Amino acid sequence: MPNVMIRKSESGDLLFYVAKKDMEETIASVETDTPDSWGGEVELTDGSKWYIDPISPPPAFPTTLRFKRGAE
Amino acid sequence: MAALTREETMDLIAEVLEVYPEKAKKDRAKHLAVNDPSVEQSKKCITSNRKSQPGVMTIRGCAYAGSKGVVWGPIKDMVHISHGPVGCGQYSRAGRRNYYVGVTGINTFGTMNFTSDFQEKDIVFGGDKKLDKLITEIEQLFPLSKGVSIQSECPIGLIGDDIEAVAKKKSKELDKPVVPVRCEGFRGVSQSLGHHIANDSIRDWVIGNRDGDDSFQTTPYDVAVIGDYNIGGDAWASRILLEEMGLRVVAQWSGDGTLSEMELTPKVKLNLIHCYRSMNYISRHMEEKYGIPWMEYNFFGPTKIAESLRKIAAFFDETIQANAERVIEQYKAEYDAVIAKYRPRLEGKRVMLYVGGLRPRHVIGAYEDLGMEVVGTGYEFAHNDDYDRTIKEMGDSTLIYDDVTGYEFEEFVKRIKPDLIGSGIKEKYIFQKMGIPFRQMHSWDYSGPYHGYDGFAIFARDMDMTINNPCWGKLKAPWLADQSADDVAVAASA
Repeated sequence: MPNVMIRKSESGDLLFYVAKKDMEETIASVETDTPDSWGGEVELTDGSKWYIDPISPPPAFPTTLRFKRGAE
Repeated sequence: MAALTREETMDLIAEVLEVYPEKAKKDRAKHLAVNDPSVEQSKKCITSNRKSQPGVMTIRGCAYAGSKGVVWGPIKDMVHISHGPVGCGQYSRAGRRNYYVGVTGINTFGTMNFTSDFQEKDIVFGGDKKLDKLITEIEQLFPLSKGVSIQSECPIGLIGDDIEAVAKKKSKELDKPVVPVRCEGFRGVSQSLGHHIANDSIRDWVIGNRDGDDSFQTTPYDVAVIGDYNIGGDAWASRILLEEMGLRVVAQWSGDGTLSEMELTPKVKLNLIHCYRSMNYISRHMEEKYGIPWMEYNFFGPTKIAESLRKIAAFFDETIQANAERVIEQYKAEYDAVIAKYRPRLEGKRVMLYVGGLRPRHVIGAYEDLGMEVVGTGYEFAHNDDYDRTIKEMGDSTLIYDDVTGYEFEEFVKRIKPDLIGSGIKEKYIFQKMGIPFRQMHSWDYSGPYHGYDGFAIFARDMDMTINNPCWGKLKAPWLADQSADDVAVAASA
């Protein structure tokens, strides 16, 4: 369950940064991304999947969230 | 010699790896790559930030070097104690040439060495009492110091001293920040973790000090220069460009920086980061906690400077954007003259780099402005995100090496035969004896600054005087030169 910092990149994509692993990836898709909640399964451009219970209302980025490893 | 093709470069890597035992070969192969600028993610072609192989000659430093030497050391108005045996502090003292203004020993302490000088009894009985006494002495001798940082050396972690407790106690007693930094040398694989630890200690002990204190008058044009260590005056050469643009530089991290500047950084509007590797952690923290955006910039060579100035200006209003154009225009005659003078002397020369932090990718633009080509580059302690950025800067089929060993570097140089190598002091004399011009790119070979337009002129002059130095044609003793001529004559007559 790593702590993940999510921030917006210059091009407007969301970046997924794990400080402990020094991993920075772009988020490819988010399961729930509506005006009243954000979360669910998150897929990164490298193909890995992560999960977070949908947060309502959506968090303001940048922020640090705790993710779970998603199903492979 | 023409540039190597992709196949030739791959063969070269394979050939160099041949001497290693099976296991070491397998590991080292992951750290050497042929560049392909179309690759988006470096982790597909190069592995970095891994432990060096036992037995090879690595050029890396330790976590203490990353914290004391790089991040904390240049903060001039604090006393940085090298807590542990005397050597670590003494042998790293002032080696990075972080320039600063102030009276050393009175209100600035940059080039001084403070150490707790551990002896056997301190290892056996613990060094906390000594540390306590040391900080009291510092306060008596240097009352104008603004704070103290305790930079742990290896034994502190090994014997389990509680420096945090001492720091808290003394901080209360002196009413000054006393920052314990757990940067024992054995932590992590290179100095990179030391940067991270130092950033975390700044986050925990410094950044929040002025939260809720609005007495500082801010302007909409406040910026902080982060990750410029003022080597040979670099930060000053960068700062004037920003100020000419109409921005106000509130803080310099950490070259010529002060504790108060660091405490004020959360009040700025934009963090400008030069050395991404050593300071991205704190920039990310400030972005999250205070909502301050950050951006990377590059002040090496006119092309990159213009690009960066425009990128910085885009964060502000139209006046600043117009000012940026004016600054670029204002210096145009100056840098055009530099290029006109040196480009004909340097055109087509090939360079190999092996440095740390940001230089293996940032200086590429400056070399290209002079018509030179970087044919190989590598980092001592980079992570994958650094290589992501490097791949785009480097040409196709050029060589990239991570944590290169002494042996590999020499073999690469023997084959590629570059016209110039830029690396550190440990490599300097080996390559000079091999007859290859060399610049020490960690400390600018006692020259500098190299940042900004002013720095570019110095950079160009230095590269010229190194490459075109007449000494390179005189490396062979005269009697040996004659002999080889005789050999040729004999061979011809036979």
